[in-house]
Amino acid sequence: MWQELRNELQARGTDVAIVTVALDTGGADVARPFVEQAGAGNIALVDVAHLMGALFGVVNVPNAVWIDERGTIVRPAEPAFPGRSPIIDEIRGVDLGGGDGDFDAAGSGNADRPSTGLGLMNQVRGDGASPMPPALVEQLRLTQQIVIEAELYRDMILDWAELGAASRYALAPDEVVARSNVRSLDQSRAAAHFELGQHLHRHGDHPGAIGHWREAHRLQPENWTYKRQAWRFEAGPGGDPSLYDGNWSADVRAIGPENYYPKLEVR
Amino acid sequence: MLLKSLRVDPVELATSTGWKVEPRGVCKGAHCVPLPASAADDAGLVDVRALADRLGMAIVGEANHAGSELWALGPESAVTGRALTTAEAPDLVLPTIDGEPFRLSGLLGSKVIIVSWASW
Repeated sequence: MWQELRNELQARGTDVAIVTVALDTGGADVARPFVEQAGAGNIALVDVAHLMGALFGVVNVPNAVWIDERGTIVRPAEPAFPGRSPIIDEIRGVDLGGGDGDFDAAGSGNADRPSTGLGLMNQVRGDGASPMPPALVEQLRLTQQIVIEAELYRDMILDWAELGAASRYALAPDEVVARSNVRSLDQSRAAAHFELGQHLHRHGDHPGAIGHWREAHRLQPENWTYKRQAWRFEAGPGGDPSLYDGNWSADVRAIGPENYYPKLEVR
Repeated sequence: MLLKSLRVDPVELATSTGWKVEPRGVCKGAHCVPLPASAADDAGLVDVRALADRLGMAIVGEANHAGSELWALGPESAVTGRALTTAEAPDLVLPTIDGEPFRLSGLLGSKVIIVSWASW
């Protein structure tokens, strides 16, 4: 997606440097297959400690920050779908029927589409013969209801690339700060707990990390990067999702899938 | 920011948090917050507790396996009450996917979009 946008920018005689940052405690080995599949010529970084949260206020992905030529942020962290989202588009194309768990993956109509390589869609495809687990059906239903503003976001980038500071989407410094996410002492405490958890996990003490991550979730429940990162380690064989009070489907249902990504603020 | 001591080197502090120790206090962008004179010792190290108190930074401790303490210092919350204290971009320093060092300041002069994503 981002390479497509970059190509379009360059075709218009404009350019923006795209820096992608993988917020992955698992490090480069986990992120590399996705970077290689994207085939992107963009700068690809790895952020095992989730510095993007502490420094820029990122609380979900994909999110992006715009920075002008002088190093001034002109848009704070916000949902970033540049024109389309292959994974969400693909999930929206899946017919889940009306039942709970009788979905036939082979009947999804997606067999001819190139694989995204992403975990959720691999589960959707399954072996083509087994029924979908009800929990996965619900996850897909919720994902289908997520609201993204991909075309608007693409247009915003194209406008800024061409007009720079004169773009209606480039914000003044005071507005950038005011529109960045709220941060309280509890949220600072959540960041500290999350970082300690990351450190312990990376140094082989995963059980020690869990208590810190649970506390980060309690202190800042709206931070999806904290939650999704921790939940990921309990998904699949050997994992124990019950270690955490929430899960993606339950937490998204609680806020409403239409609120999962905040609406883009344009002026 | 992870700490092995509650006295921190100012250079390390600036690299990790963007807060620079200056004669008038600790500063980020146009914001300067005075610190008590006792906050810096003879070696120039800064008292993290005084800093955290003034900036609304949480300190969380963990006893590690070696028996020594480890702390994490959370980001500031008391200056603007927002994730950003200033619109001046911090000099993000991270490794590339191939392990090469990268500094955001190397892209000064270009428009930049930093995209956060994840595999999970």
